[in-house]
Amino acid sequence: MRKTFLYSALILASALFIAPFYWTFVTAIKSSAELYQFPPVFWPSEWHWENFAAAWSKQPFGTYLTNSLIVVVFSTVGQLLSSSLVAFGFARFRFPGRDALFILLLATMMIPWDVKMIPLYMEFNMLGWINTLKPLIVPAYFADAFFVFLLRQYIMTVPMEIDEAARMDGANSFDIYWRIHLPLMMPALVLVGTFHFMNAWNDYLGPLIFLNDQSKYTLTLGLSMFKGLHEVDVTSIAAITVILCLPPLVLFFLAQRYIMDGAVGSSVKG
Amino acid sequence: MDMAYAGTQTGAARRKRASVRRHIAPYLFISPWILGFLFFTLGPLLFSLTMSFFDWPVVGERTFVGLDNYRSMFTEDPQFWESLWITVKFAAIYVPFNIVMSFFLALMLHHVTFASGFFRTAFYLPSVISGVALVTIWSWIYSREYGLLNFMLSLVGIDGPNWLGDPNLAIVAIIIASLWGLGGTMLILLTGLKAIPKELYEAATISGVPGWAQMLFITLPMLGPMLIFTFITSIISAFQQLTIALLLTKGGPLGSTYFFAMYVYDNAFKYFDMGYAAAGSWVMFVIVLALSLVVMRWSAAWVYYEGEIRQADGERNA
Repeated sequence: MRKTFLYSALILASALFIAPFYWTFVTAIKSSAELYQFPPVFWPSEWHWENFAAAWSKQPFGTYLTNSLIVVVFSTVGQLLSSSLVAFGFARFRFPGRDALFILLLATMMIPWDVKMIPLYMEFNMLGWINTLKPLIVPAYFADAFFVFLLRQYIMTVPMEIDEAARMDGANSFDIYWRIHLPLMMPALVLVGTFHFMNAWNDYLGPLIFLNDQSKYTLTLGLSMFKGLHEVDVTSIAAITVILCLPPLVLFFLAQRYIMDGAVGSSVKG
Repeated sequence: MDMAYAGTQTGAARRKRASVRRHIAPYLFISPWILGFLFFTLGPLLFSLTMSFFDWPVVGERTFVGLDNYRSMFTEDPQFWESLWITVKFAAIYVPFNIVMSFFLALMLHHVTFASGFFRTAFYLPSVISGVALVTIWSWIYSREYGLLNFMLSLVGIDGPNWLGDPNLAIVAIIIASLWGLGGTMLILLTGLKAIPKELYEAATISGVPGWAQMLFITLPMLGPMLIFTFITSIISAFQQLTIALLLTKGGPLGSTYFFAMYVYDNAFKYFDMGYAAAGSWVMFVIVLALSLVVMRWSAAWVYYEGEIRQADGERNA
């Protein structure tokens, strides 16, 4: 009795969470005749896969995709390297000021991005980085507080004896980081890489503020601009939305195991 | 004799070099964050604080105006108070709903075994997609004539309203769309629920403690740190609400969804009044910080922190 109630509630709730995705997909693949039928068509009589190719050619979405990929790949590499280095530093050394610095690091997570948005724009403007992809890539090479925290927790579960044994064999600190801990923290790195990939791929405000030329747009910015200009071209907007959602969804399914037991996945949507 | 002496000397030198290296090494490891903190956090923060005391256009003359930006914001700018009020209203509804709904979903997931992975994935999926995609999807759901929501309402005989065109409903629409992304919060609470030792419930059941009391005296206090964490992150994200409002309603209708973050954004990137915008962002920062501190203070009384024990474990490892 109680189980039946639980499952009914869960099925209803999950349907509410999934329905918008299904609706978007169906909208993308419908014929234009079925688009505005009422009651709405939930199962199109014909599946128009060519809608995707048609939508893709309506704006330089290929360029937007290339820009998105450049940002995502280069910033993810930077995030993985820098955050793991910093995490190792905090987890494996005692040094004056360590605890104070770590608290400072945690405190930076509480700063709203809006407060940094304006001065960062001015800073990047002075560096001549506005309308380049650099503002979206370079900061990732300077570690992120949340990821450092996550990786540090992971490193601290590894017995110190392993480090000591390696040091006896003549390994220096960098060897221990690079050859022992980096391979050991693979599961945590998958988690960090996945979260960072999603943040970078999904980012809208960054590209909106730092990029001007259409040739520099990322896919999110490109889609929002396209939507603004062609509000009535619902099929194409839906098709691009599906394409925009695919990479994070696929990545999520691949990395699901790591995400689900990888502690605290906080996704704060601005 | 000479050689031995030279030997010990290089030995001492080497030891000294090694010791210097040992002292510098940790700072080298954390240097990416220290540099990032200086250039992308502390620098910008001080910069924007300075800007907030200036009349600072993007190009052209800047003049020191002291506290004028803050004074005129508080006394002469009705849009400041209106956008702040809209944001407070939004946060006051969004934050409790976000936590309570996440908590109940997590609780349900925690009590089922069959297909729990499927349900968990379903609830989390909206959290992995872009805000732009989320807004696109919801703009059709809310569409007056062809929208999914009004169609479903019509099934139960309700004539659906114009969600995004009605000043009273637009903010509700934004709250619902934001709640669609509660998966992250739910996951944190689920992790917290799984971490509560089963023995506590067993002991309570044996002693005849009823279910509601177990919830009140075991689950909630044990989940306390997680609840506080989600409470604070929800407040921060509520006050930062920008993407959805910017794309779904553009602040309208009649300014009913003109959030504070949008007010700051417009001052900076539409009117290019950087000093005034910076002052606004500092007001937001202070509010968020104050709220977070209040939540932590208030929670210290009733939350059970296991952290001290964990901290000690970590120290031993370090």
